[in-house]
Amino acid sequence: MAFAIERDEDLLTVAVEGQLVVGNRQEFKQLVLDEVEQGARRVLVDFANGGYIDSSGLGALVSLNKRIREQGGQLRLAGLNEDLRTLFELTRLDTLFHLYEARSDALVGF
Amino acid sequence: MRSLVSDCGSGESAPLLEWTIASDVREIDAIVLAVTGLCESAGFPRKACRLNVPVALTEAIANAIERGNGGDASRVVRVTARIDDAGLCVEITDEGTGFDLAAARGVCDEEDWTEREDGRGVFLMQALMDQVESHCEQGHTLRLVLRRS
Repeated sequence: MAFAIERDEDLLTVAVEGQLVVGNRQEFKQLVLDEVEQGARRVLVDFANGGYIDSSGLGALVSLNKRIREQGGQLRLAGLNEDLRTLFELTRLDTLFHLYEARSDALVGF
Repeated sequence: MRSLVSDCGSGESAPLLEWTIASDVREIDAIVLAVTGLCESAGFPRKACRLNVPVALTEAIANAIERGNGGDASRVVRVTARIDDAGLCVEITDEGTGFDLAAARGVCDEEDWTEREDGRGVFLMQALMDQVESHCEQGHTLRLVLRRS
């Protein structure tokens, strides 16, 4: 489980490698919050190499989405496989987040 | 066929995997990996192995560690897992006094559902498993059942 970050001006891209769960959600959340504190306003989280997400991981995304919105920015999620899509649909969080097939799709108009 | 639920944890019908861990969320991954591996070997559908089982089991163990045992590392969580012809049955036992499953289950219709950070764990367990039961007897046990069909 690891997070690879790229920063280009106010665009932050975080690639999630493996699970986003109770054991690493604080690390993930703090990593993004630190970047938002330093001016990141467009935040893209890429799950193309991700595993499953539990309620803690979902909660971290919800919390970050709120914080980024408050700063006038936007959070986009990309690379969700069919299982992760199901998870977002089950919890109705697909209505909250901007979801994209691939990272390249999420970058269009961002 | 014998009832999966009545067999769960009885140690009779199928090999039993068993762990006793300290209340530390870093202990969760290894158990989830072992149980999903067991499911894969037993021919469970891909989605069950990649979504239903790992997410529900992570929720249940995290709940036992953080709420049941209050994050007290000196308290332990016991996990047993068994697969038979009927399906998977996992029991997670903590040292707490349990909780009301119905009351703890959030629903998507609640006003702040999409804004809250916590409160989706029981909902997810119930959405991803066929059966979730809670009972107290020498600690609190949560039982998760996923049938093969």
